[in-house]
Amino acid sequence: MTFDLTIPSQLLAALTPDLILMAGATLLMVLTALRPEGSASQRGIGKLALVVLVATAVAVVAMIMAGNNVGPGVIAVDRFRWTADLIFIGAAIGTVLLSMEYGDKEHIPQAEVHVLVLFATAGMMTLAAARDLMIVFLGIEIMSIAVYVLAGLNRRSAKAAEGALKYFLLGAFATGFLLYGIALTYGATGSTNLSVIGKVIVDHQLQSQSMLLIGVGLLLVGFGFKVAAVPFHMWAPDVYEGAPTPTTAFMASAVKAAAFAVFLRIWLEAFPQMDRAWILPVWWLAAITMLVGNVVALAQRNIKRLLAYSSVVHSGYLLVAVAAGTRLGSAAFLFYLVAYTIATFGAFAVVTTIGTAGERNQDLSDYEGLWSVRPGLAIAMGVCMLALMGFPLFGGVGFFAKWYLLQAALGSPHNLLPLSVILVLTSVIAAGYYLNVVRVMFMKPRPEGAAEIGPIGPLTQGVLAVTVALIIGLGLFPSQLATWTRGSTPMAPNQTAAQATNK
Amino acid sequence: MQNEFVPLFYGFHFYLFGLIALASALMFVTRKSPVAAALWLVQTMFALAALYVMMDAQFVGVMQILVYAGAIMVVFLFVIMLLNLGHPSEISDIRGKWGRVIAGLFGIALLAEIGAASRNALVPALQLPQAPTDGAINGTAGVIGPIAGPMFKEYLLAFELTSVLLLVAVIGAVVLGKKSSNAR
Repeated sequence: MTFDLTIPSQLLAALTPDLILMAGATLLMVLTALRPEGSASQRGIGKLALVVLVATAVAVVAMIMAGNNVGPGVIAVDRFRWTADLIFIGAAIGTVLLSMEYGDKEHIPQAEVHVLVLFATAGMMTLAAARDLMIVFLGIEIMSIAVYVLAGLNRRSAKAAEGALKYFLLGAFATGFLLYGIALTYGATGSTNLSVIGKVIVDHQLQSQSMLLIGVGLLLVGFGFKVAAVPFHMWAPDVYEGAPTPTTAFMASAVKAAAFAVFLRIWLEAFPQMDRAWILPVWWLAAITMLVGNVVALAQRNIKRLLAYSSVVHSGYLLVAVAAGTRLGSAAFLFYLVAYTIATFGAFAVVTTIGTAGERNQDLSDYEGLWSVRPGLAIAMGVCMLALMGFPLFGGVGFFAKWYLLQAALGSPHNLLPLSVILVLTSVIAAGYYLNVVRVMFMKPRPEGAAEIGPIGPLTQGVLAVTVALIIGLGLFPSQLATWTRGSTPMAPNQTAAQATNK
Repeated sequence: MQNEFVPLFYGFHFYLFGLIALASALMFVTRKSPVAAALWLVQTMFALAALYVMMDAQFVGVMQILVYAGAIMVVFLFVIMLLNLGHPSEISDIRGKWGRVIAGLFGIALLAEIGAASRNALVPALQLPQAPTDGAINGTAGVIGPIAGPMFKEYLLAFELTSVLLLVAVIGAVVLGKKSSNAR
């Protein structure tokens, strides 16, 4: 059916999964307040949070099955939204599972972790749906505020406090840019609705109007901060290092995916006619991010910082897909997002396990000879590293993600050949640190007196098994996912029609 | 405007309150003592409220005073007093001279952007949400109807999401602020 978003009941129907999640989160919050603090309560709330997330996922799948459509309005009902939602929900389920065991290990009995993860996910789902800059702003804030708190939850750690404060201040700073950009865009076009903005730009020939150009530039800076693209990446390593590792996994995977998803939607739905204005900045942003990120990552000894730079680098790769500005580009983008989210999440899950209480054992030397003591962990980490690197076969889905990305970049009407060359070259540099981790784990002997690795909880084991299975499984059968993402692009309806006739 | 004195009268007050708002805002960001800064902010809010009233948005003007100048600023002042930041002379500024120079340049750049943005900025036909055509509501401009209509119709989702946002912020503040048994 086609939803008419001006009728409140149909608006609600179009938001069913989001409402389930928000209602569940609110109920759990009340429950958390009523129960005494402690490990049992934390686990109980965690289980209920999983139930809420699974219910939300079921609702999302039901919405996909129903094949609903939507008229013009503040939110989108398309497969891009649902696919992004499933990525967020998957990452949230993993985060809750990891947090349940991490909370016991680190003696952080706050059950609110799970509630905040649910709220952050609700913010992300709002972002994936948003077709109005006002909703975009609210979604970003709901997500960010929940994650700021998650980052600072461990109050015994000075590093966590520093990271959380930095994240908060720079996040607020970025929000300022975003809001300024939104205000100028509204001033220039008279609307916050993405499709209306796109239409006004065409109707009034605003492509080179200064207010709109500055607005778009400020939006780009704001999103640059949110997705940690160089030169707006300074906060990422400190924040990723300081935050509790399950939260870092959540930030590096779902939070980044959400920011990118809405970024792509805004660019493709509101500003497709302004590509001459934004392609060049996005081009440079992508190029610098790939180069700087990879080179700095080579020097990292701390595994969390290394993964933080790795996530910066992947922002660069994803920006290439944004710069492509085509349907193929956004399909490759979504495919990459799935692969990146799974692999990053798996890597951080291993880091959670290796780090004993107090977040120690994060140095690369703590991974030496991991193969001889914990072969399972070493294999899981190895697969995630190879997937992030885009290694053929063993890297599973990671290889195809890079492959489709290159294909999209080369097939773009804009000249992205130099960018593709940079992408390939920097992927070779990336081998320097990803393969180094693999080498250290498999080829070095376990040093004398290396820290004991505690038992791996069943939940963490489950998360790791599922991640590795997904990486390998999707790597063996990538075409289903590729077909799926090709049918899930966020273009405005009029454009989709235009493209269909062009075929 | 049949009365020829009205534009002059209107203009005078527009510039008066505009200047007060700008000057207070400048004082607000340059004061070292947090209490003084907060009080200047209250003054800015009052001047803005006057501007709202001049735009026939009486309800927004009153809300500005009640909510911002009244409630929020009082909470601000409470927080400042609870934090007990000490005497203004003891508060160090951000990283000395260079920090200020860079921040200043940054501010000037942003100001210049406004200038550049408003140059040749011909706003196309605004696609604002249709004002209710109901004569009864139109006749009472500045009263609650024209605000309530869009808020619960066109902007319903944004309005509800704002409440979720505030809820998350409150939860976050409580979680970070509460005395926890594990905070040794």
